[in-house]
Amino acid sequence: MKGNEAIAHAAIRCGCDGYFGYPITPQSEVLETLAAEKPWETTGMVVLQAESEVSSINMVYGGASTGKRVMTSSSSPGVSLMQEGISYMAGAELPALIVDVMRGGPGLGTIQPSQSDYFQACKGGGHGDYHLIVLAPASVQEMADFVDLAFTLAFRYRNPAMILADGAIGQMMEKVVLPPFKPRRTEEEIIKECPWATTGRVGGRKPNIITSLELRSEEMEIINNRIQAKYREIEDKEVRFEEYLLDDAEYAIVAFGSAARIAKKSIEIARSQGIKVGLLRPITLWPFPTREVRKLAGKVKGILSLEINAGQMVEDIRLAVEGKVPVRHFGRLGGIIPDPDEVVDALKRLF
Amino acid sequence: MAKMKGATVVDTERCKGCNLCVVACPLDVLALTTKEVNRKGYNFAHEVLADTCTGCASCATVCPDGCITVYRLKTE
Amino acid sequence: MTREEIIEKGQVVYKKPTLLNDTPMHYCPGCSHGVVHKLVSEVIEEMGMTDKTIAISPVGCAVFAYKYIDVDWQEAAHGRAPALASATKRLWPDRLVFTYQGDGDLACIGTAETIHALNRAENITIIFINNAIYGMTGGQMAPTTLLGMKTATCPYGREVSLHGYPLKVTEIAATLDGTCYVTRQAVHTVAAINRAKKAIRKAFEYSMQGKGSNLVEIVSTCNSGWKMSPEKANKWMEENMFAFYHLGDLKDTGADK
Repeated sequence: MKGNEAIAHAAIRCGCDGYFGYPITPQSEVLETLAAEKPWETTGMVVLQAESEVSSINMVYGGASTGKRVMTSSSSPGVSLMQEGISYMAGAELPALIVDVMRGGPGLGTIQPSQSDYFQACKGGGHGDYHLIVLAPASVQEMADFVDLAFTLAFRYRNPAMILADGAIGQMMEKVVLPPFKPRRTEEEIIKECPWATTGRVGGRKPNIITSLELRSEEMEIINNRIQAKYREIEDKEVRFEEYLLDDAEYAIVAFGSAARIAKKSIEIARSQGIKVGLLRPITLWPFPTREVRKLAGKVKGILSLEINAGQMVEDIRLAVEGKVPVRHFGRLGGIIPDPDEVVDALKRLF
Repeated sequence: MAKMKGATVVDTERCKGCNLCVVACPLDVLALTTKEVNRKGYNFAHEVLADTCTGCASCATVCPDGCITVYRLKTE
Repeated sequence: MTREEIIEKGQVVYKKPTLLNDTPMHYCPGCSHGVVHKLVSEVIEEMGMTDKTIAISPVGCAVFAYKYIDVDWQEAAHGRAPALASATKRLWPDRLVFTYQGDGDLACIGTAETIHALNRAENITIIFINNAIYGMTGGQMAPTTLLGMKTATCPYGREVSLHGYPLKVTEIAATLDGTCYVTRQAVHTVAAINRAKKAIRKAFEYSMQGKGSNLVEIVSTCNSGWKMSPEKANKWMEENMFAFYHLGDLKDTGADK
């Protein structure tokens, strides 16, 4: 099935309580699949087509405020519209899942695949000092697997999580093993697990307030520091990555999502020509595998950041490498996916 | 004939002196202090014709800050 | 009979609802928000819904409503409260879900969220405080500002050629198939307050009965923004606001559903 369809099926199977979205190419299959599957008749999952991405993210904000597992999906221009709500959710520390199946920009851009929203996803995107937990799937299987993982991480840290896929992963068809069915939590379980949630003052408890507002500067700084401490903990514990043929590598490619798939083919071609190159694939883009990239810098002669954009992740690689080895970028724009051969050419040209 | 006697208790610290209770009272029972102020610096409402109050609660109903409690007792 | 005797032996005929806590409200003296907060608190208490209410507060003067009424609250982004409420009600159908929004929040930046939530027949209530001005930001023009009315951003009075017409969202809401009960009330007199309370109660009950969306507009004063005493503001509202924003029920299909 398609990557987008896998997201929908995985959501139903992992006990998701609600999906709120708005159609946009190239991710409309998520909502279409959910509408066709009618999970409200089986698991009781709510599926709602909102009037805009602004509304759908705020529906997610409301749903997440009640402790439910809620999500939305969109593509780049739609995710830009969602930034307000995402910032509020980060500020109010709410667990939720946002899927961004990236297309090229800026503006209306193109409906073809791109990875040009790395900055937006990993560096905040909206206003304020905040981070999303960002997972980058490189296969339809990972599209399915990361739904439950994203929810798990989001609830563990009370922080919104994002699956940052691109149009290629969303539209591509592959075999996939869907996760086993997990029942939705009962209202009693949610009230117990999420004592902070606005579920009504069950049992006469004190009122719960979900807000990102604090006008007293000293109090706001305490909140900011607490959230930052949480981010440091996530950076410490939740970095995920894949290594491929790095043991004997003299050069390394760092790439995520569909670029990592191309990188594997390029590595095969390069190695057949005697160039020893391997791959580090960040699975979490935030937290970024900084330590692993730094370690790599001690081993290889150069690092190529392969991205389907004009060079965004390359900045994080350079920060990790701290000038120890040359770090170059190669990417295509306009919705063009780089050809494995041109990546090999770039390796030869840039190092 | 039974008569209604009323009494109002104003939470003077909560009162902001908006005067709406004074206007709402049909019997001119309440007035704002002219000199005395509460801790926030507001002139506050108080009873000036206590005997006249029938406990109709108009003052408390219109009070935006919920400062007024009204009691009522039937007398012969 | 002394005052003390009446207090000791008499019956309490009015006191602040317990759901409205003792935190001093930040509203200006005489602000209509306080009265509406009391009514909402009273109705929730009387319906026995204290532990089943999820309220959504706006951006604007009522941003801190959650500090005063002791129910669960979500603080929405500017204008987005109906979106939060839609999801919350769908996910927790047996909860009383309402939003509390001002004219800038509801009738301007959140028009889309408002119209669509109402038209989707979400089983929620929207309490809409219309004082024809932006209070919190210091008295700027609202979509509901009357023609000729002076504000900080139309200091010479609202003019059609410059600013367009005031928006009657409640009239629009009444035309939507998704709405069940649409009413316009005020809280400037005891009689008006009693009618407004009945309206809020009806809207909340329809919400719980699953009859669709409900909009209760409260035409309100902003004496600070209007630069009048609370008493004068009430008079000005009666003479000017009510002439454009007619009070009363615009739609009530609750009995038919």
